[in-house]
Amino acid sequence: MSTAFVGPLDAARGAGWQDPPPRKGFFTDTSLCIGCKACEVACKEWNHVPEDGLSMLGSSYDNTGGLGASTWRHVAFIEQRKPMRTVPMLNGGSGVGLTAAAAASGASDFRWLMSSDVCKHCTQAACLDVCPTGALMRTELGTVVVQDDICNGCGYCVPACPFGVIERRDGDAATVPNGGIAQKCTLCYDRIGDGMLPACAQACPTESIQFGDLDELRERAQRRVGSLHADGVSDARLYGENPNDGIGGAGAFFLLLDEPEVYGLPPDPVVTTRDLPAMWRGAALAGASLLAGAVASFIGQRQ
Amino acid sequence: MVPPATFTSYYGRPVVKPSPWQADIPAYLFLGGLAGASSMLAAGAAATGRPALRRTGRLGALGAISLGFAALIHDLGRPERFLKMLRVAKPTSPMSVGTWILTAYGPLAGVAAAGDLADLLPGRLTRLGAPLRALAAPAGIGAAALGGGVASYTAVLLANTATPAWHEARRELPFVFIGSAAASAGGLGMLGAPVAQAGPARRLAAGGVAVEYVAARRMRDSMGITAEALHSGRVGRLMSASRALDIAGAAAGLVLGRRSRVIATLSGAALLAGAGCLRVAVFEAGQQSARDPRYTVVPQRQRVELRAAGQPVDNQTSTRLCS
Repeated sequence: MSTAFVGPLDAARGAGWQDPPPRKGFFTDTSLCIGCKACEVACKEWNHVPEDGLSMLGSSYDNTGGLGASTWRHVAFIEQRKPMRTVPMLNGGSGVGLTAAAAASGASDFRWLMSSDVCKHCTQAACLDVCPTGALMRTELGTVVVQDDICNGCGYCVPACPFGVIERRDGDAATVPNGGIAQKCTLCYDRIGDGMLPACAQACPTESIQFGDLDELRERAQRRVGSLHADGVSDARLYGENPNDGIGGAGAFFLLLDEPEVYGLPPDPVVTTRDLPAMWRGAALAGASLLAGAVASFIGQRQ
Repeated sequence: MVPPATFTSYYGRPVVKPSPWQADIPAYLFLGGLAGASSMLAAGAAATGRPALRRTGRLGALGAISLGFAALIHDLGRPERFLKMLRVAKPTSPMSVGTWILTAYGPLAGVAAAGDLADLLPGRLTRLGAPLRALAAPAGIGAAALGGGVASYTAVLLANTATPAWHEARRELPFVFIGSAAASAGGLGMLGAPVAQAGPARRLAAGGVAVEYVAARRMRDSMGITAEALHSGRVGRLMSASRALDIAGAAAGLVLGRRSRVIATLSGAALLAGAGCLRVAVFEAGQQSARDPRYTVVPQRQRVELRAAGQPVDNQTSTRLCS
């Protein structure tokens, strides 16, 4: 399979940056999330993201629904009749997901999964690949950002994203900020370029949202999975940290406690552009077939 | 492997997002195919001395691509920024490639049609026609050469997404689309040209319907569970209507269209309607498949499980292995 159309694994260098700084990213450790939604609020405030619905959705404590043009952090809530630990704790443990009483007794048949979702800032980003204006760009920090003054709202990035993250913001540009163009998490490009934490990570009270150099975050995440497994939380697994996955690894990856689809994440996302060389060959053959058919329809014909 | 009956999702919410595209886009899919194949028909008619078929093809191509272009701009979130499309050329973006194809094709289709347009002008203005007609032949050949790209790139535009029913249709969709394009251009030729000149239009339509039929059958088998989105409910009825209109139009045109202008006209209209139904069906199937997490989660979960079982998983053929 040709991979000529798929970006290299060094995101910033592959986009033409020379001597870029270390790639930045998020490690969202959902085993530490308490569902406070401080990240959602902080993101909205810092990025001037408009209100996008105030309805009751009937999904535990989640009335946000999902990521979109005006939701760049989304906290998912899943209530499960299932013990957090599938094997007994070996030591004092990390106390994950347990009330004080349950932790003391060492058992509970209920767990409440909470996870703060965000743009994955893919190494091989479909939104960036398909953008026809170049409005979506790879920053020197390896993140994927929409340039608001260039996007013309064609909407192609929306169906291209395998995670359903990026979206065109409804509304007239005269009344809605950035109305009519594609919007998503910038990984707080304006903050991290100045040495600050992204707004969500800054606001997170439990350090469930960790920001830093991607290489270091990956090592930290591996250690965390190891310690959770040792604590008996055998469901713990990383999502999006593997550079050999279908998107070349995510710049924002997660520690999950159940299958990805439980949280609304795709179990095996693949950047669509991987199949594009074969698709172009098919289209070229089809176009040539049409021409041949048109020529043939005139052969041997008399008026 | 039989797809599992149950799957897990987050409160039944979609995983991927449907495109924000409205009716402009299926209309453009139809108009682009009509334009591209009409330019080919017009070039052949010009070369073989069929003036009425030539005029129909050239005016049809220009009209279709103009309307299609307007639809594309209208569908933008910020139409006034359309020209931002021309600041880059990206082979990884079928929309960028398509923009450049249209940028070359549109003016050629315009120049090719200008002479025939001038003939429609009143009185002395027809004198303008002479110089325009001199440019029409080479421009028409250029437009015909690009017509295949105009008619087929839109299949890649849809397939190069995470929208399940579009991406899983990627192998056959270009052939479905060029078949449909040929059928619609043939239909327009049968509508606009007298039966004596419309022989190639009848044959192009019949060939197009045949290609579309075979490609659509194969596509149904290779799309895995996403074929449901294209072949059930309202979208499925549109697909059936398209097939019936196509076959009736092509067959009646081929058998009776050479004798009766009335039947040729009806056949042409049926072929155009069939092509329109097909484009709407394919577009809507994708939108629906994006709104239902089943179409995203089930094939991906199967890939994960095949991989866990140590079986080879090729993303190119994953759904074939699984279905």
